[in-house]
Amino acid sequence: MSALKPVRAITAAQCGLISCETCKLLARPAHPEDPGHCPRCGGELEFRRRRSLQRTWALVIAAAVCYIPANMLPMMATTTFASSHADTIMGGVVYLFASGSWPLALIVLVASVMVPLGKLIALIYLLLSVQRGMPGACHQRARLYRMVELIGRWSMLDVFVVTFIVALVQLQPLMAVQPGPAVLFFAVVVVLTMIAAETFDPRLIWDSAANLENEDD
Amino acid sequence: MTDPLGAAPGASSQPLMACQECDLLQRIPPLPIRGEAHCARCGHSLAARPSDPLQIPLALTITAAIVFVVAITTSLLGLSAVGRHASTTIIGGAWQLWQEGETITAAIVMFCAVIAPGFFIVLMLTVLLLAKRAPVPHWGGEVLRWCLHMQPWSMYDVMSLGILVALIKVAQLASVDAGIALYAMGVLAVLLPAIMVSFDAREIWKLVPCENKATASARAVEEADFLASGR
Ligand SMILES: [Zn+2]
Ligand SMILES: [Zn+2]
Repeated sequence: MSALKPVRAITAAQCGLISCETCKLLARPAHPEDPGHCPRCGGELEFRRRRSLQRTWALVIAAAVCYIPANMLPMMATTTFASSHADTIMGGVVYLFASGSWPLALIVLVASVMVPLGKLIALIYLLLSVQRGMPGACHQRARLYRMVELIGRWSMLDVFVVTFIVALVQLQPLMAVQPGPAVLFFAVVVVLTMIAAETFDPRLIWDSAANLENEDD
Repeated sequence: MTDPLGAAPGASSQPLMACQECDLLQRIPPLPIRGEAHCARCGHSLAARPSDPLQIPLALTITAAIVFVVAITTSLLGLSAVGRHASTTIIGGAWQLWQEGETITAAIVMFCAVIAPGFFIVLMLTVLLLAKRAPVPHWGGEVLRWCLHMQPWSMYDVMSLGILVALIKVAQLASVDAGIALYAMGVLAVLLPAIMVSFDAREIWKLVPCENKATASARAVEEADFLASGR
């Protein structure tokens, strides 16, 4: 790890510079109100991700709405010639736990129930804290954001579980497994929260600190 | 080590960069091999220097391309019960969902399991081959940009774990056996992140020329005009 020399504590935006989000080139736009494209990689240049808060809010609210049916409706339905029963996410966790594979039950519980919920709560907290211009706890908030980015994709776990059980267990008329309506809602929650984490601009966390010139480091 | 921000002597020859997570301007000192520079304010990783940023990722990407073909063409899981046998592939899994009427979910699974990793491997291979003979054409930058966008959607790590859970659930109903694709997928789950770690995008960007200054809507900041602006 190398210690870096800050060029005083000043941000690129304060110098009228934009750091390209893709290739990290530092560029000076000819027209700051319409920065255009990166001269090197062609990516769009923006001082801060455009309408970051509105977009992230829209995605988070949509994901929160889908989160309810994702948990209430059945993930998959098992049909045998004698009976048929449907399992929700929690039902699947309980089933795994009861059948003795509690480490897997724990993984599914964390990945499918706690991670999506935690992600929604974390994003709402980040959005509110930025909107209210909260100056402190920047390091904690930055760490929270990184965690949301890192673990988000793991909630896709249950979608893959259902996909491959459905694909495999097709022994009609003996036994067949069908996907339940919750799978769609669940996959949509994961995709929406992943995009929400990408539209949220972490630089906004530090902007409110810089405005009040009391960084907590 | 070439310096994209001009060759003024001393500290100012160190490239100027803004942190992607907090926008703080800072200079990146010359890094030792396997060294990493972190943001002075938020700790975000700004730059890393892998030991061989072009050859090793190229070797890994070629391997990944071969393993990828194996993973999507061979059988993933097989199931035997009461004298009947069934098996599925990765694409077969998505196809079965599609047939059950879950078209959107099937498309998402298909994207995360085949399209995103496939594009990632092809685009990465293109970029690494282009980098072998500088200068990289302007569209090389575009290719790398798309490649980096595909990376978080390549979910073989999540999928491997998902299939493990599926295996254990199904094993209680019937006897299941793992196909070659399952092992291939496990290998890809390790290979794809390894490509990203061994690769240094800065090495490629250095080779990509900037657009003509007269027509561009923005221009790269040279050290000299940064100093001239009075900071
Ligand atoms: Zn760029
Ligand atoms: Zn930073």
